[in-house]
Amino acid sequence: MEWRPILSTLRRHRIPASLLVLEIALTCAIVCNAVFLIGQRLQHMQMSTGIDEHALVQIQLAEIEPSPDIYARAREDLAVLRQVPGVQAAALTNQVPLGISSSNSSIKLDLAQRQPTLNAGTYFGLDLPQTMGARLVAGRHLQADEATNVDVVLKALATGDAKQLPAVTVITQAMAQRLWPGQNPLGRTFYIGPVGVRVVGVLADLARANAYNDATAHYSMVLPVFMGVGQNQSYLIRTRPQDRQAVLKAAVAALKKADPQRVVTRQRTYDEVRSKFFENDRAMAGILVGVIIALLTVTALGIVGLASFWVAQRRRMIGVRRALGATRRNILNYFQAENFVLATFGIALGMLLAYAINLFLMLHYELPRLPAIYFPVGAVVLWVIGQLAVLGPALRAAAVPPVVATRSV
Amino acid sequence: MFGYYLDLALRSLKRNKALTALMVLTVGFGVAASMTTWSVFRAVSGDPIPQKSARLFVPQIDNWGPTGHEPGSNSTEPPSAMSYTDAVALMRAHRAKYQSAMYQIADSVAPKAANQSLTLIAGEAVGSEFFPMLDVPFAYGGGWSGAEDANRAQVAVISSQLNGMLFGGADSVGRMLTFGHHDYRVVGVTDDWHPHPVFYDVVNTGGFTPLAADIFLPFDTAIANDANINGSTNCNQPPAESGFKGLQKSECVWISFMVQLDDAAAVRDYHQFLVNYSLEQQRAGRFNWPPEVRLRGLMAWLAERHVVPSDTKVSLYVAVGLLLVCLVNVMGLLLAKFMRRSGEIGVRRALGASRGEIYLQFLVEAGMVGLAGGVLGLALTWLGIAGVGWVMPPEIAALAHMDVSLLATTLIVAIVATMLAGLYPTLRASAVQPAWQLKSN
Repeated sequence: MEWRPILSTLRRHRIPASLLVLEIALTCAIVCNAVFLIGQRLQHMQMSTGIDEHALVQIQLAEIEPSPDIYARAREDLAVLRQVPGVQAAALTNQVPLGISSSNSSIKLDLAQRQPTLNAGTYFGLDLPQTMGARLVAGRHLQADEATNVDVVLKALATGDAKQLPAVTVITQAMAQRLWPGQNPLGRTFYIGPVGVRVVGVLADLARANAYNDATAHYSMVLPVFMGVGQNQSYLIRTRPQDRQAVLKAAVAALKKADPQRVVTRQRTYDEVRSKFFENDRAMAGILVGVIIALLTVTALGIVGLASFWVAQRRRMIGVRRALGATRRNILNYFQAENFVLATFGIALGMLLAYAINLFLMLHYELPRLPAIYFPVGAVVLWVIGQLAVLGPALRAAAVPPVVATRSV
Repeated sequence: MFGYYLDLALRSLKRNKALTALMVLTVGFGVAASMTTWSVFRAVSGDPIPQKSARLFVPQIDNWGPTGHEPGSNSTEPPSAMSYTDAVALMRAHRAKYQSAMYQIADSVAPKAANQSLTLIAGEAVGSEFFPMLDVPFAYGGGWSGAEDANRAQVAVISSQLNGMLFGGADSVGRMLTFGHHDYRVVGVTDDWHPHPVFYDVVNTGGFTPLAADIFLPFDTAIANDANINGSTNCNQPPAESGFKGLQKSECVWISFMVQLDDAAAVRDYHQFLVNYSLEQQRAGRFNWPPEVRLRGLMAWLAERHVVPSDTKVSLYVAVGLLLVCLVNVMGLLLAKFMRRSGEIGVRRALGASRGEIYLQFLVEAGMVGLAGGVLGLALTWLGIAGVGWVMPPEIAALAHMDVSLLATTLIVAIVATMLAGLYPTLRASAVQPAWQLKSN
């Protein structure tokens, strides 16, 4: 391939050529960063919750008349729910993983500590891990006789007499690792406020409700506190995935029948919870995919346009070359090589620009560094698009008959 | 002359339909993408109360001390909301022109007819000064008085929606309604007031909430009636007592607070007041740490709370990048197109057209491409906004809409951008040497 004539031709069309280079560079830079952003979102959206997501439904109620005994109401509701055909398990919970509305506690390893060690999602409930399908990897689950009604807990805390509390908890592996790296967490104690809590079991995973930060998303614990019915409480029901809608309907009907003085404020499958939580991420990824497609299309169209123009402009030159013995393939290759040169310049500039944009995003949006793999992949994609876009005009150029050389314009 | 240029431009654009279509498509695409994301950005980041945002401030008091700070961070940021104790103290002190404590409530509202089902509505417990402070417009009646605040009057201001639902949209001032377990007398009906973001209570709503505030009750009345908070509550320690009463006695933070301060001196004084208040609490033994207070302006506060999702900003950047690429593309194509007509330019120049005239002629042509691109862009923007609902959360998507200003902006951006892109190609065209062109032919 003769490169010199290509370069000298491009030098003569410096401005259109540099515009095309600039366009490819901008596209390359934006696409690299956009794909990276999409990757980040998708990775975040893959977050595991550690529970059996497709088998769960959630019902939340608001009472019109406050119950005289919130614990009895909740116990009766749970009994009613367990009678509904298809229900495998039911539990009262104050939050669900990725449920947004959250309850959290600061945790200290030592009472004298000034700053807490970490902040963890705090689940109140009894057979919550079993109902949700969170896997126990060490120790035991919380037991029914450890359950304490929430007002008893609060009273004990107020009087400072926490001795009577069954202060035990089940925590996630991630939290255990953070509190006691490399050690067995079973039997160890941490402090929530002034109360020491002993770890009796370890769960493989249980995401917290406000899992915005990937680093702390899996710090959760379950305390054997029975909340009773109330504003932020809801029922989690486990069933077979195919029965979810039917069970949800039947369960709502059963609860309303048990106490008609309330409104259902929420009834949804757990899949809806996850989908709602990652709504923004999905939106962002969707917009970015749209922009990438638009960008690549516009750039490809730009290449087609400019190449077509050049082919039309150089018809005579092509005719002369053909008359002087150049084959169709030579002409085709000429335009392909020209595009390759332009794309290469564009890609080189684009990589620098992509890096700069990434630095800016790292500075302002707490994004990690762009992995090196994006550069070669981005280059190949743009080369391929450039070649595909130029193919049409180049074939038209190759079809110019030598006789054009002899015609006057 | 202008008409002639238009005619010339049309002919020229018709001559090479594919290239023209390409340019129009590119402009349309770029403009539509940036306008769609801009409409979303505008919807979420706009100043919700432009005439007043500079005079509204959000005080914060550190009632948790160092133990309440984010683990492992050096931040000394006080809690984002207030405890009941502090909110009431600030209300009583009444040091700002207007001030209001606020918290979100939700309960059922009694149906009008027997066949209607109970409806759950959300609202806000606020002070009487909430309404003048935020310039709340009223269709009927108005807010309640400070005296009604003090004696816990059973009064309510309702939204026009709720008024439509309960009273068929008639003037309902003086009528009664049942919210939760209590009866309230309607004193005012707001006139279609839905600020976005919900700037007065971002702590509880995050700025965007599917449940709009349909009822406003006096703060102290709501407290007396046990209207429990329907928002987020944050505690550094569990409350000593359960229930709403326990929450009120605790150091848990759940109340939003806003003040109106009309000049710099007032802001300085109020800041000093917050410091003094904290010092007082320190002396009283409630805080055992030095005062840590904040008094942010409304817009700074919204930024601090990340009410505008950083996502929308990033997507705006990306869309502007797309527009830029489109313009570079159009510039290249226009250059190619104009330079191809060097012969024609040469003839026109030789026949007496001045450089300026050639310049104007080609600028008109670029402008026409821009106009066509703008019209296409409008259609695509409209499609884009319709499509926003697909990908964006409904609360935010509902805010992005086509209006006259967006329509005009789309057209203007398209035309101005294309003309800008056309400047250089036009300059080159007008610089064509007539003699050289005529000779070579």
